[in-house]
Amino acid sequence: MKLTEVVNKLELEVICGEDLLENTVTGGYCSDLLSDVMGNAQEGQVWLTIQVHNNIIAVASLKELSAILLVKGLKPGKETIETAIQQGIPILRTNETAFEIAGRLYNLIRQS
Amino acid sequence: MEFEYPIEGGDFTRAGMASSQVKKVLKQLNIAPAIIKRIAVAMYEAEVNVVAHAFKGTMLVNIMPDKVFIKFIDEGPGIHDIDLAMQEGFSTATESVRQMGFGAGMGLPNIKKNVDELQISSVVNKGTTVELTTYIS
Repeated sequence: MKLTEVVNKLELEVICGEDLLENTVTGGYCSDLLSDVMGNAQEGQVWLTIQVHNNIIAVASLKELSAILLVKGLKPGKETIETAIQQGIPILRTNETAFEIAGRLYNLIRQS
Repeated sequence: MEFEYPIEGGDFTRAGMASSQVKKVLKQLNIAPAIIKRIAVAMYEAEVNVVAHAFKGTMLVNIMPDKVFIKFIDEGPGIHDIDLAMQEGFSTATESVRQMGFGAGMGLPNIKKNVDELQISSVVNKGTTVELTTYIS
């Protein structure tokens, strides 16, 4: 499934990476521990997190994740957005909790 | 092929940058993606360890025809008990580091899982050397 379809169906805000929405989404990973994501997330997954600092971009980039999805309406800092643009990582946002949006993302991907 | 990257202790904004650059080089050398993924996890964790625990350090990368050897040398507090540090869930990271999602006690276990050989030597109050070897052929 394309990232653009995920964005539209789950009504996500695109904070940066509008040009990367053709990325393929293979699934999702939900965690706020960076080493957990490093150790267990898989390429192409959308990463759901409450972490907003700059270092989430290095993790997403090294793991070749399709996007970072910030939950609960959290906003990334200016520096995080700049790094995301440099590294080519889309940042998305929802006002829903990780539990709610993970459930919707899971169903969306299962139905595809 | 040898590279050297300095790592600043405490500078979390740049943590992972050296690993990202090495990953790009490995890709350019057409090393198998599955191997690159494992090296990426291990070197990122080792780089973050230097940032989180040491004053400063150096990442030395040596890419040979049959293996990738990466050595992290830092000046810092050292590791009191390496066996304990290797245990999943054990961490000496500060509260502020943990709030950023680091310091879950998964770094060294992640490194061990993702390299073929791991060597750690440490002198308390002096520093730590971590050597990662991954065979590519």
